[in-house]
Amino acid sequence: MTSQEFPASLAKGRSLERAVTSKTIFSNVMTGLVFACALLALIPLFALLFYVISKGAVRLSPQLFTQLPPPPFPRDSPQFSSGGFGNAIVGTFMTVGLGSLISIPFGIFAAIYLSEFARDTKFANGINFFTNVLSGVPSIVMGVFAYSLIVLATRSYSAMAAGFALAVLMLPTIVRTSAEALEAVPSNLRQASVGLGASSYQTVLKVILPAAIPAIVTGIILAIARAAGETAPIIFTALFSNFWNWDPWRPTATLSVLVYNFAITPFANWQELAWAASLVLITLVLFANVLARWIIRKR
Amino acid sequence: MTSNLQQSVQTDNVFHTENVNIYYGDFLAVKEVNLDVPKNAITAFIGPSGCGKSTVLRCFNRLNDLIKSFHLDGKILYHGQDLYAPEIDAVEVRRQIGMVFQQPNPFPKSIYDNIAFGPRLLGYKGDMDELVERSLKRGALWEDVKDKLKAMGTDISGGQQQRLCIARAIAVQPEVILMDEPCAALDPISTLKIEDLMQELKEDYTLVIVTHNMQQASRASDYTAFFNVQANEKGQRTGFIEEYDRTESIFQSPKKKATQEYVSGRFG
Ligand SMILES: Nc1ncnc2c1ncn2[C@@H]1O[C@H](COP(=O)(O)OP(=O)(O)OP(=O)(O)O)[C@@H](O)[C@H]1O
Ligand SMILES: [Mg+2]
Repeated sequence: MTSQEFPASLAKGRSLERAVTSKTIFSNVMTGLVFACALLALIPLFALLFYVISKGAVRLSPQLFTQLPPPPFPRDSPQFSSGGFGNAIVGTFMTVGLGSLISIPFGIFAAIYLSEFARDTKFANGINFFTNVLSGVPSIVMGVFAYSLIVLATRSYSAMAAGFALAVLMLPTIVRTSAEALEAVPSNLRQASVGLGASSYQTVLKVILPAAIPAIVTGIILAIARAAGETAPIIFTALFSNFWNWDPWRPTATLSVLVYNFAITPFANWQELAWAASLVLITLVLFANVLARWIIRKR
Repeated sequence: MTSNLQQSVQTDNVFHTENVNIYYGDFLAVKEVNLDVPKNAITAFIGPSGCGKSTVLRCFNRLNDLIKSFHLDGKILYHGQDLYAPEIDAVEVRRQIGMVFQQPNPFPKSIYDNIAFGPRLLGYKGDMDELVERSLKRGALWEDVKDKLKAMGTDISGGQQQRLCIARAIAVQPEVILMDEPCAALDPISTLKIEDLMQELKEDYTLVIVTHNMQQASRASDYTAFFNVQANEKGQRTGFIEEYDRTESIFQSPKKKATQEYVSGRFG
């Protein structure tokens, strides 16, 4: 190629000084517009936070975490502000914990297989496709699935059934974020490890996985945070319970279902509890997100 | 050419290749490699970019197995044993034949753990601290890092990282160390350090290095293979060994005109 094929210089010889043209004005207007939209997008979040805090904070007290839901009381009753939802907090942790226990090992192993052993094969592409499909399935469908598979089989609503539904819900996120994290590990580390005589599974276990762990943990936390707030698949798997329950095979209260059940009742003390439960739930999710960010940042 | 080589290159060979052709899919990347790599010496591969130096080097420890499209025919013998025979375990091969890459690639672990990585794989039961110290000394890095063995291997300078990678390769006491342009990312001083190191290492190890630096090849190596590349009718560029001899002969009295032109910098 000779230099004659190039057009006359496009860059050389241009003025370096700032000029006010229609283009710069347009650019400034657009910047302002984009900024305004970003602010607008934040309004619902802050409105929601403000609303939930103002409604829920009145009931915030240690007894919320230690006591069982009260019966309905009228506003002038001395017991109006009694009770809490300790059992629902335990239940949320139990269902989400069971879901994590099932989905995390499965998800990570699947991701390792997809990204390290079967990368770019037809099989892996197929699984990736179905993982994406799965992530688009509405969560209530997961609930129906767990209902027919576990609730009907065991003849009981249970935390286990809810954990299963949540596991199916969390799985695509965990597989996808873990596979991405594993694939992002630079290939020269892989070569270094293999070059030192590590077998492929030693390479994955000792080099690839440790390098990818922060990103994997972040993905898991986000999946957990999402699962914690799910209601649809819980309503007809864990159902609800007004009592303490530590048995994974029994019906269990959760925060999200408590909000759903109590918010739509006409009883003012239950409505207040629903707001307080919302606040606790949001705080948990927010905390999980901050934790995830912090882990990303620390990398 | 082979017969005259066997005269000039003395006996004790670590590698012996017979008519090796290396392919990536249908593409013949390097053809007819006939080469003896002598023990306790430094053999350098030189030649223009894309002529297959790295490709051949990576065949010696079966690192090319990682590339799906790769295959070869012919024989690569390591002490008379065919490296590509079906009963050979590639993982074992790589333990005896270590590799240092062009880009320093320490693990994102501590300096200590970088060195201990290989020995742990092999189930080393002895005094790890002592082995780490010995390897770092051998890699001419001990003085630089002895006070910060817990620091990340990725948080030291590029030259130090490369010496760390060399020390890491040494830690398992392989028989051969392959180095693919080990100084390409380094400054002249680090380069000289690594060249000195190579001279020391050849007493215990056999080294094969790829380099684009003519001075480095002529100063540091005992034998030099000059690779060249030739395009076929379809425009595929296949590498081959134009000339292989003692380094002095390659640089002072090359038999081929192309070698003469390349080593004197009038190539192309
Ligand atoms: N993974 C691969 N897949 C397909 N072709 C490859 C692959 N690696 C190398 N090649 C081709 O093989 C030929 C030799 O490449 P190689 O990397 O061995 O050259 P080299 O002599 O080391 O070059 P350089 O001096 O630039 O490092 C080149 O034509 C290259 O494009
Ligand atoms: Mg190369």
